[in-house]
Amino acid sequence: MNIWEPAQECMSRDELEQLQLERLQATINRVFKNVTFYRREFSRMGIIPEDVESLAHLKRLPFTTTEDLDKNYPYGMFAVPLREVVRIHSSSGRGGKPVVVGYTKNDIRVWSGLVARFMTAAGVTRDDVVQIAFRYGLFTGAFGLHYGAEAIGASVIPISTGNTEKQIMIMQDYKTTALVCTPGYALTLAERMEKTGIDARGLSLRVGLFGGEPWSETMRRDIENRLSITATDNYGLSEVIGPGVAGECVHKCGMHIAEDAFIPEIIDPLTGETLPPGQTGELVLTTLTKQAFPMIRFRTRDITSIDYGRCECGRTFVRMKKPSGRSDDVLIVKGVNVSPAQIREVLFAAAQGEPRYQIIADRMDSKDALEVRIEVTEKIFSAELQNQRSFLEMVRKRIEASIGIHVTVKLVEPGSIPEGEGTIIDKRII
Amino acid sequence: MLVIKNLNTYYGQVHVLKNVSLHLREGEIVALIGANGAGKTTLLNTVSGITPARSGIVSYRGLPVQDLPPHRIVGLGVSQVPEGRQVFKPLVVEENLELGAYLLHRNKEGKEEAKKNLQMVYELFPVLAERRRQPAGTLSGGEQQMLAVGRALMAGPRLLLLDEPSMGLAPLIVQEIFRVIRSLVEERKTTILIVEQNAKAALNLADRGYVLDTGKIIMEGAASDLLVNRDVQRAYLGRDKKEIWER
Repeated sequence: MNIWEPAQECMSRDELEQLQLERLQATINRVFKNVTFYRREFSRMGIIPEDVESLAHLKRLPFTTTEDLDKNYPYGMFAVPLREVVRIHSSSGRGGKPVVVGYTKNDIRVWSGLVARFMTAAGVTRDDVVQIAFRYGLFTGAFGLHYGAEAIGASVIPISTGNTEKQIMIMQDYKTTALVCTPGYALTLAERMEKTGIDARGLSLRVGLFGGEPWSETMRRDIENRLSITATDNYGLSEVIGPGVAGECVHKCGMHIAEDAFIPEIIDPLTGETLPPGQTGELVLTTLTKQAFPMIRFRTRDITSIDYGRCECGRTFVRMKKPSGRSDDVLIVKGVNVSPAQIREVLFAAAQGEPRYQIIADRMDSKDALEVRIEVTEKIFSAELQNQRSFLEMVRKRIEASIGIHVTVKLVEPGSIPEGEGTIIDKRII
Repeated sequence: MLVIKNLNTYYGQVHVLKNVSLHLREGEIVALIGANGAGKTTLLNTVSGITPARSGIVSYRGLPVQDLPPHRIVGLGVSQVPEGRQVFKPLVVEENLELGAYLLHRNKEGKEEAKKNLQMVYELFPVLAERRRQPAGTLSGGEQQMLAVGRALMAGPRLLLLDEPSMGLAPLIVQEIFRVIRSLVEERKTTILIVEQNAKAALNLADRGYVLDTGKIIMEGAASDLLVNRDVQRAYLGRDKKEIWER
């Protein structure tokens, strides 16, 4: 199989660690000089950049959290003047403001290369026709994959999301060979084809690169069978770069982390302690090449583990498992981070009290669905039926305005939400 | 080839190099760029043993050399071309060159090698062969620079440290010297660490580069990436010179 940048991706551990140390020191020197937040945090902890003399010293440095990004909204974490920034993206953040991230010209080049690596690892070549059914816009997903595919020299169809009929028509007529979308949407496409009597085996499609939401091995097999393709996973987040942090090779045994660009750590989400190799915990990432938006020890909140063993593909980069959950209570639904805090806020304001409630993420007909169940309270019950309906409608609209995706809102009997079940249920991760 | 970790060098009380880490692979040309006073020359002097580091590791071909005296380091195959050429002006060209092979003259094989190296230098810089009997002081600036490079090559180095080879020279001469440097890498697999204020020329020549800023490395990357990097352009390539930091 092809390797996009063998000199980097197959580097010996010694060489890699020297490069990581050099880039880590350079990054720390830059953020200390240019980002007030880091200068202040380092000073508070009594650290100067020269204290970092080995990769092991990374754990002495402060974490960066989404709350820190929120406090520095919009441009506080940028390490270059805005004039050097050629692109701005943002992600949903956690309740408050969105997270605003920037890229210099060079950051975009590096990003394209990183995406080209995992796309190549998944089997994409210049002969492929890549249909990108991620939403183009402020989210990083579509653009990241777009640049990576172009860097490889593949033909890119930037169709964006929606219009399933047209997606299938293009897939058939333009002879799409590689599909990029969320795993949920891949199943939507499969279903529509089955309903309309289109045989997926008759398509040119051979590979799928799916990401943006959690998915299981069962779902992978389902997608692979129904679309008659090889389905690979990749991982990334806007705060760190977007897609390109890690991706599976054809052996599908974990996602290779681009370690010349990011240093991964696994920590105990409660104590913040670094965990021994191989253990499961929260993934923390430090960027090594980013100029506009460098991140030191960013807490991803994704729970995973890292495999240090050799991979058959020849890449020496470590592999991370599919995230098995979150260390906070954020739900990723249709590629959007939904914080239950946002929902709770709306709910309590509308109900003029604090009703018991439950948020349920599920996959209905292979589509992500979010439901909010509210136990009826005196206040809600006393209202007339007509008002109850408009109450639900109002709650739904306000939640949707706050989180940006569709939800269903239901009233349930008092006491019908079981004690101790938690307010968030994610039925998709099995 | 060369791996440097956490190098700290002082001039008296002045902390010049602060935790510098960098590496060179065999056959690579690496440029170290930065403003005047950033510590570029100090870094070369530390590698060659002239200004020993207070702490840190310099590992050359797997061997720690940070505590070795300069002549031992030259003996291992590291030669430095000093800033401002520093040729011996009253001596003729060939005498200058022979001084570069000083360490080889201890035995017969060494003397043979020195002869071969002299031939090689004359082939690389035919003008030096023409002027072999002239005092070095009568050479032009460009020729003196060629002589300085030639003298360093006389020891048969595997790693060549070049300090500001373009300084004070006309662009055409710089091109000629850089052409020779490139041919050294291509034909003799010499590894080169070049320090330059003329960042553009150095990055055009190099495979990779490091940016040194007041004793600290603030950036590492492919030379082609650094060339288009606007931060580097602004600071070291003279772009938008007057603009100041703003947010």
